[in-house]
Amino acid sequence: MAIGVTNAPERSKSSGSIINDPQARGIFYQAVTVILLAVLIYWIADNTIENLKRANIASGYGFLNSRAGFDVGQSLISFTSDSTYGRALVVGFVNTLLVAVTGIITATVIGFIVGIGRLSHNWIIAKLSLAYVEVFRNIPPLLVIFFWYSGVLAILPQAREALALPFNMYVSNRGLAFPRPIPGEGSLYTLLALLIAVAATFFVARYARQKQMATGQRFPVLWTALGLIIGLPLLTFLATGAPLTFDVPVAGKFNLTGGSVVGPEFMSLFLALSFYTAAFIAEIVRAGIRGVSKGQSEAAHALGIRPRLTTRLVIVPQAMRIIIPPLTSQYLNLTKNSSLAVAVGYADLVAVGGTILNQTGQSIEVVSIWIIVYLSLSLATSLFMNWYNARMALVER
Amino acid sequence: MAKRILTALVGAAVMGIGAHAASAATLDDVKAKGFVQCGVNTGLAGFAAPDASGNWSGFDVDYCKAIAAAIFGDATKVKYTPTSAKERFPALQSGEVDVLARNTTWTINRDTALGFNFRTVNYYDGQGFMVRKGLNVKSALELSGAAVCVQTGTTTELNLADYFKTNNLQYNPVVFEKLEEVNAAYDAGRCDVYTTDQSGLYSLRLTLSKPDEHMILPEIISKEPLGPAVRQGDDQWFDIVSWVHYALINAEDFGITQANVEEMKKSPNPDIQRFLGVEADTKIGTDLGLTNEWAVNVIKAVGNYGEIFDRNIGAGSPLKIERGLNALWSKGGIQYAPPVR
Repeated sequence: MAIGVTNAPERSKSSGSIINDPQARGIFYQAVTVILLAVLIYWIADNTIENLKRANIASGYGFLNSRAGFDVGQSLISFTSDSTYGRALVVGFVNTLLVAVTGIITATVIGFIVGIGRLSHNWIIAKLSLAYVEVFRNIPPLLVIFFWYSGVLAILPQAREALALPFNMYVSNRGLAFPRPIPGEGSLYTLLALLIAVAATFFVARYARQKQMATGQRFPVLWTALGLIIGLPLLTFLATGAPLTFDVPVAGKFNLTGGSVVGPEFMSLFLALSFYTAAFIAEIVRAGIRGVSKGQSEAAHALGIRPRLTTRLVIVPQAMRIIIPPLTSQYLNLTKNSSLAVAVGYADLVAVGGTILNQTGQSIEVVSIWIIVYLSLSLATSLFMNWYNARMALVER
Repeated sequence: MAKRILTALVGAAVMGIGAHAASAATLDDVKAKGFVQCGVNTGLAGFAAPDASGNWSGFDVDYCKAIAAAIFGDATKVKYTPTSAKERFPALQSGEVDVLARNTTWTINRDTALGFNFRTVNYYDGQGFMVRKGLNVKSALELSGAAVCVQTGTTTELNLADYFKTNNLQYNPVVFEKLEEVNAAYDAGRCDVYTTDQSGLYSLRLTLSKPDEHMILPEIISKEPLGPAVRQGDDQWFDIVSWVHYALINAEDFGITQANVEEMKKSPNPDIQRFLGVEADTKIGTDLGLTNEWAVNVIKAVGNYGEIFDRNIGAGSPLKIERGLNALWSKGGIQYAPPVR
């Protein structure tokens, strides 16, 4: 960019003409670019509005407040056909978030396991990991989704012959049905206890770190944390008289009724995105670990640090610096690939938006909403990962 | 998906950029490029489906051919754009297709807010339900709690919601964008019920792995007048598309068929003479922007309405749909055309 001119060395003042002034030239070219861009955008917008008017197509975002009139199969928030188009988009957005977040977590876990597996000295583990990476990395994600979807539909039993699992769970080609917990009176205390336990854990961890810094003595943080987070809510729960009932799925005329259901659409999309992205994450993890110079672990060993601690305290923190930036791209890819949901009928933002687009004919408006939402989602992910990256970055003194 | 967003974006861009290029006269554009671009279904046997060698046939396809025959005297001058329920409207709005003959229900919203024009109904349909016989369901009112497969972006989806709400029934919608995906999901038992226009159900049942195990419930829960749609703002083009349909109906009314059309030119009946453009000094076609032979060309290409119906979806086809409402007005149906005069 011509902005770099400010750092340029002392300019020669001999040639007086403004045409030869690099700063003036820089400003001129930038101004021309901006004007051309503005004209182009104005021209497109103007023509679009003109054409919409000529074709008598209603425009604007007013349709978001109209009654949707259709139902959505999978929804985390309440939605009926009487809700508005705007709420339908929110339902789609929540579904997109759900599959993106669960997918990112699972993909990261699988990716790290496979990535470390590829570096294993165990021949079988290393080769299995290699096979996994090569298979899933080289198949288009849409096919992976179809693979899981038709797999789920073909292998699982029909709804009326649902397979019974422990804890009143059932699995069929309509999805996994499980008892839905209904919190009773007083369950608020349990939630409160959980929050207190988490906060307490945070302080315990801080105390432990300070103590180790000051005295060199270590404090068993993990066990204390587990005890707090599991024990405290459990005790409260029992003390308040276990105020929890379950809505158990029972066989109805067509389907299991009652309980909660995770549909095959979500399952196939979630599994496909996780497995697909995990293959890339595995390679990133492997590259990150390989990227840490061998001298680092040798130096740690020379200092007498045990192998497991070496990995945890020396190798991984340095590898993370290499891993995080490309990992961000994979997270963004997974989020964007979730729009392939439309192929298996999962009600994500694009699927619901598509329905609205069709019912209202507001294609430009709906497409603009898609763009804005995905852009915001991606930028938010990027910002978070950049922040995390900055935290993990080498602090130079 | 990216493709679909791209289509929409390109559609939007075309609308923007084409400001000066796309004139209002679709007929001139069509004549200049030498073919009619016709939006059809992606594959619904009997209505619009390609065969193994890529040749399209079906009820809606015959309408495309008829329009081409009216303009060019040659039914082969058509190019087909298969569109999903979701893609069809942007395709017509953006000018990607000249006419949309794709089992599209005429509604007030589509006629006004979406910027389309409908006038003719080439198939009076209604929404029905298909279930497995094994479920022992005799009426749609017994469907509470069922999982229902439906194609997104259709009036079907809205009628379904309304019907179940009105009758206080619960259901779980399983929604897909493509017809093939809905078929596969229903066939695999993902849902108990398949709902779409009843004509569509007859057609789709044939594609299931075991058609005999499925039955269509008696209820019809909606009015679905299907017909060709064009963009607003071009009355001449709208007239041509409408009158092609009326010509097909009138031909059946007069008893003019693909086989006897040349012979009928010699008919002493002045109505028929006028219709077939053999009356002296007639302007029956030129007023439309076509030749006076246009009706003859249409009938030569595809036959009359009854022939199209029988060949594709009626008695002469595997679908064997009754004429019902689609019989001529003179034979107990409601298919009726204004006079050619």
